[in-house]
Formats: sequence, C-alpha cells, structure tokens
Amino acid sequence: MRRRKRAGWHRVINGINIATLVVVIFVAAPLYWLIASSFKTPSAMGAYPPQLFPNPISTANYHQAFVQYDFWIYFRNSLIVTLVATALVLIFGTLAGYALARTPMRGKFSTMVTLLMISLFPAIAVIAPLYTLLKDLGWLNSYQALIIPYTAFNLPFAIWILRNYMLGIPKEMEETGRIDGAGPLRTIWSIVLPMALPGVFTAGIFCFTACWTEFLMALTFNIANNYKTIPVGIATFGTAMEVPYGTIFAASVVAVVPIGILVFIFRKFVISGLTSGAVKG
Amino acid sequence: MAPVSMEKVNKVYENGFHAVKDMDLDIRDGEFMVLVGPSGCGKTTALRMVAGLEDITSGILRIGGKEVNDETPKERDIAMVFQNYALYPHMTVRENIGFALKLRKTPKAELKAKVNEAAEILGLTDWLDRKPGQLSGGQRQRVAMGRAIVRQPSVFLMDEPLSNLDAKLRVQMRAEVARIQRHLGVSTIYVTHDQVEAMTMGDRVTVMRSGVLQQVDAPQHLYDNPDNIFVAAFIGSPAMNLYDATVGEGARSVKVGSQTIDLPDSVRIKRPALASYAGKEVVVGMRPEHLPAEADDAAGPKLVGDVDLVEALGSELVVHFTVDAHRVLAEGAVDKDEAAAVKSGEGVARVAAKTPVKAGDRLTFAVDTDQMKFFDTQTGLSIRT
Repeated sequence: MRRRKRAGWHRVINGINIATLVVVIFVAAPLYWLIASSFKTPSAMGAYPPQLFPNPISTANYHQAFVQYDFWIYFRNSLIVTLVATALVLIFGTLAGYALARTPMRGKFSTMVTLLMISLFPAIAVIAPLYTLLKDLGWLNSYQALIIPYTAFNLPFAIWILRNYMLGIPKEMEETGRIDGAGPLRTIWSIVLPMALPGVFTAGIFCFTACWTEFLMALTFNIANNYKTIPVGIATFGTAMEVPYGTIFAASVVAVVPIGILVFIFRKFVISGLTSGAVKG
Repeated sequence: MAPVSMEKVNKVYENGFHAVKDMDLDIRDGEFMVLVGPSGCGKTTALRMVAGLEDITSGILRIGGKEVNDETPKERDIAMVFQNYALYPHMTVRENIGFALKLRKTPKAELKAKVNEAAEILGLTDWLDRKPGQLSGGQRQRVAMGRAIVRQPSVFLMDEPLSNLDAKLRVQMRAEVARIQRHLGVSTIYVTHDQVEAMTMGDRVTVMRSGVLQQVDAPQHLYDNPDNIFVAAFIGSPAMNLYDATVGEGARSVKVGSQTIDLPDSVRIKRPALASYAGKEVVVGMRPEHLPAEADDAAGPKLVGDVDLVEALGSELVVHFTVDAHRVLAEGAVDKDEAAAVKSGEGVARVAAKTPVKAGDRLTFAVDTDQMKFFDTQTGLSIRT
C-alpha cells in the first residue's frame, strides 16, 4: 500500500511537471495579479502588505470602465477593426499562399523573401508617412485607417504560414479534385482550405492578437473617442490628476477574454499549425 | 467504356527530359491494360497524359475515338486512383465517393443511390459515415476505388494503387480490383512496377523502359516470348539467366563459357534465323524453372554450375550457381544496387525440393533447349525467324 502510494506520488512530482509548474507560475502570476486587482476596491489596491486575494470583492471597477469611461465603444471598435482585418488577411493570405505554394510562377523565392522583409519592418518607420497619407485621404479617425494598415502588416506572415502549410498537402489531392471536375476556386474552397484549416487558424489567431493589441497606429490615426480601440482607450483612461488603476485592470481583463477564448477553442489546431512541415504525415 | 489510343505520343518536360518517346498503344474497349517497367520508365507520365494532368508534347491521344489532347481531365470522362489514395480527409466516405457526382450537380436521390451501389460493390456500406482517418489501409483503398467507379467513367486510370498495402492485403485486393474491373467492363490502364501484378491482373501487359515501349502482349505470351533482352530480364522472378554465348557450326550447338550445349533440330525449326548466327556471338536466356537438376552422366543438353547458395522454399529449392560465362545484365531491368551485387557468371535455377545439394557442390542442370531464348548481342532483339 505504502509503496503504491509513493509510486503514485512519483508520477505527479517529477522533473517535467515541476519545470512546467515554474513556467506556469512565471507566466500566470502577472495575469493573476491583473484579475485579482480588477476586483479590488481603490483602497485595497494600494494596501500594504499587498492583498493576494481581493477582500472585499468589488465589481465597481468594471462598472466604472463601462459606464464612466466608454469602454464598450472601444471594445466595439477593436472588434470591428480586428475582425475585418483578420478576415481580409485570411482571404488574401489563402489565395496568395496557394499561388506561392502551387502555381509555376516566376520569382517565387524573391517574393517570399520580400514578404519576410516586410513583415519584419518596424511599424514606427512608416507611421509618419502613413499619417500624412491618411490625412490627405481624409481617413483619419475611421475604421479603414486601421483596417488597411493592419491587413498590410499582417498579411506577409499569414502568407508564409499558409504557404508552408499548403506545401504539405499532397498534390494528388488537387489532381483528384481536377479529375472529379473541380475548378481552381472550387479546389481551394472544398479541398485545399479544409485541409489547411490548422494553418488558417494559426494565421488567424496571430493576426487577431496582433490587431487586437496594436497600439502605435491606433494611437496615431484614430484619436477621436468614437474610433479609439481598446489599447488606446485604456491608455487614455483617467485625467491628468488621477490614474484609475482599478478601472484599467478591469478593462484589461475584458480585453484579454476574446483572445483567451480563441486560443482555448483552437489550441489543438494552432499547435499542429505551428509544427506542420516539421515531420511528414 | 471506350477504347483509348495513343499515336506517336511524346512527353518532353521543360527541363528537356524526354519522358515518353513516340508511344503507340491501343487499349481495347473494356480491356485491362497494365503498364509495367522500372521506376522512371515513363509509365506514370504516360498515365498522367491520358488523365490530362500532364500536357502532351506531341502526338494524338484518343478516348472513344475522339481526340482529347486539349480537353481537361473533367471533359475526358476518366477516373483515377492514386498510389496514396488522395482521399479528402475532411469528408466522410459517403462524401468522398459522392464528391464528383455532387460537382456534376447530380440530383440528390440519384447521388445517394449511386454511392450506395458503389459501397455495396466494395463492401463499404457499414463505413459510409466514417472519415478516411478512421479506416484501415485496405478500406481506404476501397474508398479510392469507390470514388472511381461511382461515376461510371469511360476509362479507369490506376497509378500503383496497391503499393501502399501490406503483402497479404495486396494479394487480396489484386483479385478484387481485377474482379471489379471485369464486372464493370470499363477500359482500364493500370500502372505498376510489380511484375506479379502485371502478370496476374492484366489482359495485356505493356513493358516500358526509358520512355520507350518495349512490348505489348498477353502476360503468358510476354513471359514465353520476350521480344528483347530487357523484357526477358525484367519479366519473371527470379530473373531469366542471360549469358553471352557463341553459336556453333550449323547452329547445332551453343557455347556458354567453356561448356557446349547441343541444340536439337526442334530449336532450329522454331528459330530458322539462328542458322545465320553460326560462329557469332549471341545472348542465350534460360529461365530458372527450365534448369532442372540432372544426374552428372545423363545424356542430352546440360549445364554444369558451382553452387554458391541454396534457398529451400519448401516446395522447391532456389539454387544460385556460377558458370564461367559472362552474365548479361539488361540495363534498367534491375536496379543499380542489385546489378552491382551480381557476379559474373551467376545464375539461378529452381530445382526439385528433394535434390541433395548444398553450397560448394558442383551441380548438373538439364537444359530445356526448346525453352531457351536467343538474342542478338548488338540489337538485343529476340532471334526467331
């Protein structure tokens, strides 16, 4: 009995699990602090010693974020900009990725390298020219002011992921499709896309996260309250006199939720998407 | 259900590789034609040209008497089974089989009936709602077949469809594919590098080498009467023993290394052209089963060899021996590693299981001279008339 118990413990406490625990604590601690603090009252927030668990639990911060500050507007804006940009990135990324993976096109290699360079380009370098451009177009403080640059900046990475994923799909799949009588678009839609879904999800989540958290462009192009996105909105909470930490924490928790949900739903796909091509089959 | 004909069909790839050269081939209505040859011989390219997956560089391809060079795979009304099956992993068996019909906007009731019928023929009825990932290799193979037969196309094209199966299943599916083909009566082109498949499945067999068609014949005829050294060496396992030899005066004998094998009249009657080779070099071929073991002092044509290795298969012995003659290797008939391992003068005989023989012995084989093959050393062609 004793022996068996020890053996059981052995299975739980081993090097790998302990290492995992350390990593989890390291990553999760700030997140926990964020969530815990969002439920604290203003006085508990600055308490010493710090409260590990909020006491009393208060939802005032959430109420304030949505009522006093226009958090729901920022949330809506972020959702619109992010969803449209992600959709565009996935549509163009799929088509371009397929073309680069399959068609006997010239200059594929230089195209791919150029794309990689663009995706590594620092956004700060183009903000000023983009600002004047958008100003001339009269697009400052609009959804397209963010949707178009977001699409452009995230597309290269999506194309890379999707192309690599599509390279892993056997050519015979498409040839079978051709023999069965499917045209090019039908082949992409009914055969290639379903098989490339893990790649699509991976690209989609990366793009979604990037757009959702983007700050610099959002701050520069859309400063009118009606067009602010979440990161800009949260950053501009408060006044010159006070910084409402509780409200910021509460808003941040809400901002994290969609990404958490997405990753949770698609985690299997994302893992296989990131590792595809490493091994055959 | 249509004949297929290739007329001087060529395939030259962009990089200049000439994969198929002046191929002439007629596949009769309902015929099961097997294309066989070593890897890289152009058999798959030929098949893909018929399918429309590969452009035809020159020549004419007809299906059902109509030129189809410029038609898409869809318009050619063909169905193809790939080596890796290429099943759609995200669709159920039912959707996989019905996909082509769905694209053709077949009414739902008809589609369902046809899919069920195909599943019935293949014994897939219980698996229709599974996805390919949940099926065994043999079942996936059946789904691939189902996808082909459900459309009732004019021609079936199969590219090594059984090579991913394990040995036992392959034997079973071999019979099954042949049965289904006969049942449906659809003209079929079947590509394989497995000569057992070629021999057992085809109505006729086409042997190819380096893009050139070598011989088209019924399997047994091909085995008994190879047109050239390549076909002789490629068809049959263990392979035919081929040696350089010199024809004696009046073609009454042939000298293999230091041994002289007498040729009876029947050989000269069967192969009148042999007389003109008197005193000249030829290549002789003897199949392993035509070299039975014989008492050392027996009369009649014989060949003596030094035994290197005896493989007891139970039903017979496979005896590897060496004679002092030059062994001829048809280029491409065996792969390079195999060719490098073959010693000069090596031969194989299949003798009765009870023959008392072991490695190191000297064994006498009776030579079945009527079954001996003779080939021109220069052209490699069979010497007959």
